[in-house]
Amino acid sequence: MLTLSKLTTMGALAVAALSLGACDIGPKTSEQGGFRGTGIAQISDPDNKIDPGTVPPPPYELPPPSGPKASEVYQNVKVLGHVSQEEFDYTMAAITQWIVPADAPPEQAGCNYCHNAENLADDSKYTKVVARRMIQMTQNINQNYSDHVKKTGVTCYTCHRGNAVPKYVWTDPKPSDGRLMGNKRGQNTPSPVTAYASLPLSTASMYLGLDAKAARVQSKTIHPTTLNLKGTKDAEANYAIMMHLSRSLNVNCTYCHNSRAFAQWGQSSPQRAQAWYGLQMVKNANQEYIHPLTSVFPANRLGPQGDPYKTNCATCHQIQRKPLGGAQMAKDYPALLTLGPKGAVPGAAPAGAAPAMPGMVAPAPAAAAAAPAAAGN
Amino acid sequence: MALLSFERKYRVRGGTLVGGDLFDFWVGPFYVGFFGITTLFFASLGTALIFYGASQGGTWNPWLISIAPPDLKYGLGLAPLKEGGLWQIITVCAIGAFVSWALREVEICRKLGMGYHVPVAFGFAIFAYVTLVVFRPFLLGAWGHGFPYGIFSHLDWVSNVGYQYLHFHYNPAHMLAVSFFFTTTLALSMHGALVLSATNPAKGEEVKSPEYEDTFFRDLIGYSVGTLGIHRVGLLLALNAGFWSAVCIIISGPFWTRGWPEWWTWWLNLPIWM
Repeated sequence: MLTLSKLTTMGALAVAALSLGACDIGPKTSEQGGFRGTGIAQISDPDNKIDPGTVPPPPYELPPPSGPKASEVYQNVKVLGHVSQEEFDYTMAAITQWIVPADAPPEQAGCNYCHNAENLADDSKYTKVVARRMIQMTQNINQNYSDHVKKTGVTCYTCHRGNAVPKYVWTDPKPSDGRLMGNKRGQNTPSPVTAYASLPLSTASMYLGLDAKAARVQSKTIHPTTLNLKGTKDAEANYAIMMHLSRSLNVNCTYCHNSRAFAQWGQSSPQRAQAWYGLQMVKNANQEYIHPLTSVFPANRLGPQGDPYKTNCATCHQIQRKPLGGAQMAKDYPALLTLGPKGAVPGAAPAGAAPAMPGMVAPAPAAAAAAPAAAGN
Repeated sequence: MALLSFERKYRVRGGTLVGGDLFDFWVGPFYVGFFGITTLFFASLGTALIFYGASQGGTWNPWLISIAPPDLKYGLGLAPLKEGGLWQIITVCAIGAFVSWALREVEICRKLGMGYHVPVAFGFAIFAYVTLVVFRPFLLGAWGHGFPYGIFSHLDWVSNVGYQYLHFHYNPAHMLAVSFFFTTTLALSMHGALVLSATNPAKGEEVKSPEYEDTFFRDLIGYSVGTLGIHRVGLLLALNAGFWSAVCIIISGPFWTRGWPEWWTWWLNLPIWM
């Protein structure tokens, strides 16, 4: 017969086995971030290394930039008209390989995913209109956000990885329906979005969406004043977006911050300034490039609130400090590195001239000195 | 009981662990013993080295003085004196002094013919310290994972190491440790309030006996653990607080490297509801 003590022992053993089984046994690797003894370090488990993904090789050798321009050979070339026809074809072949799903049905396979097979210049497929704007977005990022993407740059593959819609995207959440029972109020749901904490889930729309605001909750004075009326809920939202950054890059808070003074740029690592430019870049991509395409997308490409799938840090980074492990990919696709001479598509905001975001605060001199140019982009 | 009435019982020869009768004497009211000598040696050397380190550190502000451990690149080897080597020697001195003091307590317990509760309890504090500066750095492969010796600097270390795991409140052992710390203070405050109430009766009334104290808690929560029992409860709570503190930091890094909230996915992934 089971006695109480036997039951307790069995229960304790079961809990111990389960919780120990959840742990990472084995040697760890660590990298020091700050001065010795500050506790600023990244500790990682080599057994849990996440595959950065492999870069697909170029479709064929990059053709020389000579020869007739694409705009002279093809009709209706608005964004890549300034590159040679041969380089244009090369870029199109690469994009097909990057975006069109391998298991696409025949009528949507290859070039047909975006183009009307009868007339390649035709803009009737929404995918072509979107792709054109996305090429501009890529060019804008490479040209104007080198503070974030440095010389590595981005290509369509950085986000798409062989998917028509990138794997890590977000849309606006459904607002609360006002129920009391079972209403989690947009939080308390374990999700990789908040690194499984009980924090609010939809902070991407607060900080990276159309009405994005700066994530500032800390007071600058010792005692409470009316200068800062942010409350605990604002702080939770702020922490949630920070959890998203950590999770997207697979790093801990001390990768960018010295937690003794989170807000102080002078005590933060250089990575924090780079992340700040990244946040401006993501806001710009969402506000100037993706959101204006809302009316172009069909209903199945929109979220429950009717907004298109947008980017956050994970869209490119995909749980890596550097997307694709920092592989130098964009250099093989020079057509994507700079905006074309005209740059703009009728009806869309001119690329590279995004307005300064309200509430955006420039980083302190230490960080701004490293990259002063992009703050207004 | 007047102090002198148990001085006689206390000052008996024997009970030493090391050194026989050699150090078995008193200086004024203080028992010396072999471990008194080693305590004095390690404590003096360590303190002197802290002062030397402070003199090289650029500030005499007591809040800001800090003796930092080596860079991680030195691994489990020795570091140059001014680049963490000092921290390493001071750590040896600290452990030497703490352990010597515990063993001196053991000798005193043996002289008094009492149990080893006091050195065992102090042993938990030593265990927590050694976990922080020896066991965990050893498991992570670098002395640089120890905490710096400074008032502000060790707090900054605690903060940053917590944020290495995104949200430390999700660390299950931290939950236990915090609960035990709070319960220790709750039990101490209730016990203190009870004793003060019983020993400070209203004017004209007599000091209340333990029966009154028991009755109060039987009325309040249906049970009284008693005058001896409350001290056992206090010891249990306090030792658990220190023990689970040590557990919560040794599992952070050596046994878990991601955010603590993610650790709980083992619960979400149980086959019962997956």
